[in-house]
Parts: sequence; C-alpha cells; structure tokens
Amino acid sequence: MTVDPNNNQIASLLQLEHVSISPKKMPSRLLVNDVSFSIEVGKTTCVVGESGSGKSLTALSVMGLLSKQLQLNSGKIVFNDKQSGVLDLTSLDDESLRKLRGDKIAMIFQEPMTSLNPVLSIGYQIGESLTTHQGLKGERLKNKITSLLEMVGIPASRAHSYPDELSGGQRQRVMIAMSIACEPSLLIADEPTTALDVTVQAQILKLLNDLKTRMNMGMLFITHDFGVVADIADNVVVMFRGQIVESGSREQVLGNPQHPYTKALLDCVPDAEGKKLLKPIDYAWLADDELQELADEAMHE
Amino acid sequence: MSENILTARNLVKTYTQRSGRFGFGYTQVKALNDVSINLRSGSTLAVVGESGSGKSTLARCLLQLQPLDSGEVLFKGQDLAKLQPAALREMRRNLQMVFQDPFASLNPRMRVGEIVGEGLLIHGLGSAAEQQKKVIAMLKRVGLTEADMQKYPHEFSGGQRQRIGIARALVLHPQVVVCDEPVSALDVSIQAQILLLLKDLQQEMALSYIFISHDLRVVRHIADDIVVMYHGQVVEQGKVADVYAEPQHSYTRNLLAAIPGKKVVNG
Repeated sequence: MTVDPNNNQIASLLQLEHVSISPKKMPSRLLVNDVSFSIEVGKTTCVVGESGSGKSLTALSVMGLLSKQLQLNSGKIVFNDKQSGVLDLTSLDDESLRKLRGDKIAMIFQEPMTSLNPVLSIGYQIGESLTTHQGLKGERLKNKITSLLEMVGIPASRAHSYPDELSGGQRQRVMIAMSIACEPSLLIADEPTTALDVTVQAQILKLLNDLKTRMNMGMLFITHDFGVVADIADNVVVMFRGQIVESGSREQVLGNPQHPYTKALLDCVPDAEGKKLLKPIDYAWLADDELQELADEAMHE
Repeated sequence: MSENILTARNLVKTYTQRSGRFGFGYTQVKALNDVSINLRSGSTLAVVGESGSGKSTLARCLLQLQPLDSGEVLFKGQDLAKLQPAALREMRRNLQMVFQDPFASLNPRMRVGEIVGEGLLIHGLGSAAEQQKKVIAMLKRVGLTEADMQKYPHEFSGGQRQRIGIARALVLHPQVVVCDEPVSALDVSIQAQILLLLKDLQQEMALSYIFISHDLRVVRHIADDIVVMYHGQVVEQGKVADVYAEPQHSYTRNLLAAIPGKKVVNG
C-alpha cells in the first residue's frame, strides 16, 4: 500500500511515511524517528507505548498541531479521502489544514474536563464546527445537534447544560459528539478513556466502536493499555522511544509478538484471572549504550 | 485463618457539599455508609470501586487522617478513634500510607534523605547515625542508592518517586500499610516493578496491606481479599478468587465485565 506517484492510487485513508519530529533547537534529537504506518478506511489502528514513546506527538503531527518548539524533520503524511482527494498534510498551509480539522479529520483528547469551554453550553460547542464547516444555522443546526446528542447517548434536553453540570463520562460523550459532527473520515483519539472509571470506559469504547462501524471512519487510537487495544484495535503499532518496534494485526501483535519489547510490555500487564506471573520489564535486548541512555533519561525525566 | 490486625466496624462519614448552580444550597453526601472491613494479618485487602464510591475516604478514615462521624477502627483490639492525640501519634508508627500521586506527595524542598528519615526523627528512633543507616538501608531495599539521599524529588522519575514514597512509609517498620492507588499514575512497565516490590516487601517485613484501586487486573494480582464499594457502601466482600469467579452483586459483575481486553489478551 504505497503511493504510486503516477496515478495517485492508494488504498489507505492515512499513510505516514518516514515521519521524524525533533525540537527546533536540537534537530538531531529525534522524538519521533522514521515512523511509517497506515490506517485503512473503517479500521482502527492503535498506537501503544509508554509515556515518552512519541505516540501523542505522532497523533498531533497528523493534525498539524505540533507545538511551536517542535518541527517535522522529514516524512510525508498522506491523507486520502473521497472528497478531498489525495493530500500531503505536511505541505498544506494553515488555512487548508484548518478547513480539514474538525471536518474530515477530528480529534478527541484525553482530558474531558479541560478540553471543553466552561462558559459555553454543550449544544453550542457541538454546533460550532457544523456552522464553520457546513454553514448550518437555525432549525437545521438545532436538529443536527439533537440527533448527535442522541447518537452519543445524552438526552437532547441537555443541550443547554454547561460542562460542569456533566459527569466525566458524559463530557467525553460530548467531546465525541463534537468530533463526529461533520462525519469525519478519520478520527484521532488520544487516550480518550484513561481518565475514566472502568465501567464508563467500557461504555465509551463500545460507543466509539459502534460509531466507527456506522460511519465507516478510520480511527487512530492512542493508548498505553493493552486491554483496550485488545478490545478496539484492528491493527497495532508498538512504539518505543520514538521508533516503531513492531506493527501488525491485533491477532499478530497480541497473540504472537515478535519483538522482545512487545513481549516484555505484554508481560507487565496483569490479567483478570490472576494466572499470569507478572514480570518486570526487561530491556536486555537493548545494546549497552542504549541502556545507559535509557537510564540517564529516566533520571532526567 | 489468621487473626485480624485491623478491623473497622460500622464506619459512617458524611460530607457537606455545596450544591445548586451558585453553591447556595447544601447537600449531605454519605461517603461511608455503615462500612465494616477486616484486614487479616499478613494479607492484602483490596478496596475497589469507581470514583466517588468512598474508597479513598475509607483509607483516610482508617488511619484517622479524617475524623469519623461514628464507628470504630480497631488496631490489634485498640480503638484508634478513642486515642488521645499523643497516643495516636505514637500509634501511627504502625500504620503508614503510600499515596497515589508521586508528584504531589513528596515535599519538593526536602532532600530524599530528609523525606525518608523524617518519620524516624519524629518518633525519635535511634541516634542520628542510626537513623541515617536505616534510611540508607531502606533506600537500597527499594532500589535506590545512597547518593540519592542528597537529591530532591524533582530529579526522579514517577516510578522512582513512588519508590521514595514506599521507603518513607516502610522505614518505620509499620504493620499496616494503606496504599491508595499506588500504581495508577504509572506506566504499565513501571507498575509491574512497583507491584513486585510491594509483594516482596510484604513477605520480608510481614506487612498487611490495604490496597485501594480501581484496576481489577492489578487487584487480582496483588490481593487476597476484596471489598467492593458502591456509593459509600460495601456491596460485596470475600476472597479475591471467589469474588472474581462468582460475583454475587450486580455491580461487581458490571465491574468485572468492564475489564478491558479480557478475552483476547488472556485467551
């Protein structure tokens, strides 16, 4: 599934090719190092890794939302959607990116508490992108907001509520309603359930999965929890210190992991039956100098 | 059946909460509603429930960090709630706590040596030289070095800070340690290390743990007994293996069903 420059035919919805990210002041220190993977239409790709592995940066780079201190050193991010055609997101100007964001590509963040505006009603916030991207107004806008709220399982009467009147799970549902308002073809979710209780987490995961199927969205799902991966992923990408160490289908990566890091990480996850012996993570596969580097980083985290 | 080292009977704790849009109203929230638990000597009792279920309030009330409305907490037969402040302080040597957030629970202006040694200082245990020896031994036991004594908390990663928190709690050789979500802020790789460390230390030092958690996978791994809390009440308790195999209460069944990745990862 590579880009053919002649006829521009690619099967993937999103394709990252050799993406590298570094601080502007230290171009040699790669926070994301030569990352390539793809997301298919209607499928979920999970990016798994520990904190500092570069999984969130990868997601932000797709949205063109990298902080000003960082730069994209190299690589292409090719987005292929029926209406927009084939686009290299890295070469788009701010204006074109803004038109895509919230419309064709949407994002859900980790903290439902901080990512909603506290002084605007949730109905207004859901409607914002519809007005911006589709010019919806008045009765039609209202109807659309109502149907979106119902789709994510919040009574339509709550449209006039403010974020502080909702629970964490409800807020995350509002975030989801906002992100799917324009029926994006790609949804990026950065640890959307980490801050939630397990029972609520299960509901939100099910909702996302249902919506994905119903709207045939591709999903880029960032998580550090292999349990969540097992529930939601079609494909899995495992990252370690900015690099992909292993990728493949869910069955391959979880059932028959090849890379020692993936195996070690899976061994750290306690199971619900208590049969498995928990093992501390083993970095024995790293070369000595890399191990030293890792220890130094841990000290200065 | 080993004997109970810590027993709580009919604990009640009510908070007054401001309510209404501008906070002019008041409502009473029952954080603990007639809660009774038993911690068997040398074992681990897990307290699980969702946020707001009262599990952290229970932890704090057990250690008398918050006053109870009613009920009694018996440590080796002695009611902690009835102790005079001085006697309670003395008693606290035996009851220690490991906190959830390794970033917020260590004083940023104290060196690690001072943080870990403070308990020894307060309780006047041994000479300065002996105290320092104990601190060094404890730091080494949790995987840190003697040189780390001179450092400040910000120089450490999350997992290492949690090790400092554990050293601080254990340097007094307590008998009961309350761990309030000790691994929930950590990466899964670090989480495994800390869990294994806690288990080893339990064996070595004959500790009894109260382990507060919302992660049922972690609980299955570390606990012997379990208490399930919901809206300030205990809805189910028993041996971990029994409760996981045959949950009686519908809330427990919901919790167990919500564990992510049950089928594929374990299958």
